[in-house]
Amino acid sequence: MELNFTGTDLCAIAGTRSPPEARYDLVVIGAGRSGTAAAIAAAKTGSSVLLVDENPVSGPLMGNDVPLYFGGRMTAATQNSERMLEAIFMSAPALEQAMEAGVEVLLGTSAWGVYRNGPGVSSLPEQVVGLADRTRSWLVGFDRIVLATGARDLALAFPGWNQPGVMGAAALRMLLTRYDAFAGRRLVVLGSHDLALQTALVATEHGLEVAALVEVRDAPQGSADLLAQVAAAGIAIRCGQSIASASGGIEGVEAATLTSGEVIDCDTICVAVGLVPSIELVDAMHGPRALNPARGGYIPSGEETVSAVGSCAGLADTGFDHICYRMDWMRALSATSAPDTIICQCEEVTRADLLGVQPPNYLARPAAMGARSLETLLGDGPANPDQIKRLTRAGMGVCQGRRCRDQVAMLLAIEADVPFGTIPLATHRAPVRPIPLRIMADWHESEAMTAAWDVWFGIPTQWVPVQDIGTPHEDEHRQMLYTGMYE
Amino acid sequence: MSGAEVVIVGGGVTGLSAGWWLARSGVKVTVLDKGIVGWEASGRNGGGASHYQSPLFDEEHRMWPQMDDLLGYPTEHQKDRILIAMTERQWEQYRFVAERHKRLGHPVDVLDVKQVQDAVPLAGDNCFGGVHYRFGGHANPQRTVQAYAWALQDLGGTIVQHNAVTGFETAGGKVTAVRTAAGDYGCDTVVVAPGPQTAALMAQLGIAVPLANARAEMIITEPAPMMPIGGVDGHKLYGRQTMRGSLAYGGGPHEWIDVDATGPAARPSTPLMRNLASRLAELLPKAAHLNVIRSWAGVIENSPDGRPIIDRLTSPDNVVVASMSGVGFGLSPASGHAIRDLVLDGACSFADIGILGLARFADLEADWRERRGWMPIA
Repeated sequence: MELNFTGTDLCAIAGTRSPPEARYDLVVIGAGRSGTAAAIAAAKTGSSVLLVDENPVSGPLMGNDVPLYFGGRMTAATQNSERMLEAIFMSAPALEQAMEAGVEVLLGTSAWGVYRNGPGVSSLPEQVVGLADRTRSWLVGFDRIVLATGARDLALAFPGWNQPGVMGAAALRMLLTRYDAFAGRRLVVLGSHDLALQTALVATEHGLEVAALVEVRDAPQGSADLLAQVAAAGIAIRCGQSIASASGGIEGVEAATLTSGEVIDCDTICVAVGLVPSIELVDAMHGPRALNPARGGYIPSGEETVSAVGSCAGLADTGFDHICYRMDWMRALSATSAPDTIICQCEEVTRADLLGVQPPNYLARPAAMGARSLETLLGDGPANPDQIKRLTRAGMGVCQGRRCRDQVAMLLAIEADVPFGTIPLATHRAPVRPIPLRIMADWHESEAMTAAWDVWFGIPTQWVPVQDIGTPHEDEHRQMLYTGMYE
Repeated sequence: MSGAEVVIVGGGVTGLSAGWWLARSGVKVTVLDKGIVGWEASGRNGGGASHYQSPLFDEEHRMWPQMDDLLGYPTEHQKDRILIAMTERQWEQYRFVAERHKRLGHPVDVLDVKQVQDAVPLAGDNCFGGVHYRFGGHANPQRTVQAYAWALQDLGGTIVQHNAVTGFETAGGKVTAVRTAAGDYGCDTVVVAPGPQTAALMAQLGIAVPLANARAEMIITEPAPMMPIGGVDGHKLYGRQTMRGSLAYGGGPHEWIDVDATGPAARPSTPLMRNLASRLAELLPKAAHLNVIRSWAGVIENSPDGRPIIDRLTSPDNVVVASMSGVGFGLSPASGHAIRDLVLDGACSFADIGILGLARFADLEADWRERRGWMPIA
């Protein structure tokens, strides 16, 4: 067929993107203490500032342990979004100050991606952050963005952890101090470093009973001051032990069994072994980040346009090696739990299947498959969590790997007998929060986008059946299916 | 010097399938990759396997249902596809496509709205109808790539990952070795199939392979209940319901980018995700509540006519080049067979693949990319 090229590919992306709905000098993601302070400081210098916070998080998201490891221990009050909005607002007096300083505040609004031109993409008209609330998503332009996304819970797998009542320390604190919506009464807390000690103290302040702290190392780990406060509160610490299992019923956890054999009645097991800086947005935008064991994990390396504050920038450095501590817990739990212990709850991947690089249960496992394992894969190259997750599905679920990504990396390091830091960080991908199609959707896309949209590249010769080439059918084909880049 | 009878440059789906086919014929094969097998578009694509336009189609169609058994590892291959029309214009186009398939002898059924919903329960009343391809299908890209790699190893082949090819040694009109960071690999024949790096690496042999690289994007949702037919296209989207139940979909405008011999620097996705989401919510309205949980991008090389390039060079005469122009995954069982034939027999045994030869570009204008507008954004 005769083709006359116009010099323009009408199916290419250039010029099709809509501008952002709004622009601000500064966008702050996360209205905790650090984020709100950064927003107020900027507003006072005359900058236009948008401060967004995803709390209150919707009930379904909390049920999927997004963004924190809520473990199904939120009360039914969290289903009432109006009441939660008020609770969140009232629990942070600084928000009112921010509004008085001229900061625009959006609660119940998550940031799911930050985008700018760089390697592999030059088509963005300007740098934008993607936002979403319960009704829609939109884009906002910015000069600077401050990430104050906090830190999320490190989850740990043991028999019975995949039931309501096993949760994280950051989620517990959030439910107690911001939502006033925690459903448990009697806790066992895993860990004895500062996080666990603070968790136990906050819980007792809120009238909860802390049955015990459990410490895998031979001695309590936290600061002397916090240890004294915990001792004064009459809370026991069981050292040199780990959790063997959680048992329970339809409502979730009813007891924790320690490796000593001791059984402790409780309705909640709070994993307070570590917090992980929430760097999803930085990593998903290919921003620089580096592992810092004293500050809780991978933290943003920091730059002028995109900066991080609060625990997103790293936990306070007290000289404690968080990675080493987590690895001690992971080794102990791996040594005492059965190989069929679930590691990835969303995809029901067991430790045996993870380390055996076996496919999910809905696929057959022929003999050759059974002979494969992490060990055989290591013959081809170093362990890579992104490869393992595509083969086993660990980390591919609706919680977006929040519950298992750290554990998978630790298990790979242990199994491959390499330092944790040599295991690449499994990539984060936008949207860094699960967002329904109908809310993510751009229902008002540009005419240019609509006009440029083709299922593939819009190359008129590409899909002409080989039998039709050089026949009249070839031209029919082009006229019916293509209007693209050719005259 | 390390070496093998055949050294394959690029552990993507095409190079691995070629290696597997050669290993099945008892050839000693080594596959070299700059990173992990399938780490470019081979492992991140729509998983479609219904390339009726290709001279390799019959072989694609014949091979896929056998692949799990032949490889010994799961590929998640599923048969059939359905194309759903969401506008009057699409309905006209898809019925044209259906008539064309009937003329070519490919079995298709034209479906009314009720029949569409029976096969695709996530579809709504908002469609005009559909076309059921009773041929082709889809599979899981990364799982399939790994299956080829493992099957190749099981047959005695070697895969060397994290070892980028930097060039070639030539002597007497032949490539005698493939150069890598970790030393040379001697070879009797070399297969060059490194996806977006093809043009830059072939240039080192003095061979111009006209290819332009572009970035394309996809999204994936949380799982939905399994539908009778998961290979659902339409509304200018391509994609599939995976065997886990997730909806993985792509389409829409691409971005032309430059890629050098070391490969793509990055594969970022963009807010195009929102436009994919709106179309998918229209195509499958009963899935509109499902969460999008990931997006990703891949880099695809395209030839000027969008058709693959599979050819054996005349000089040096022991080089087979293969670049699949965006349809490499689905055609892989057939492309590997064709490459095996070119390596061992000098000609494809099961199809006339002359149209895939480099000779068709003999008269190509030097400014073919500019003429098509296939240029990176300045």
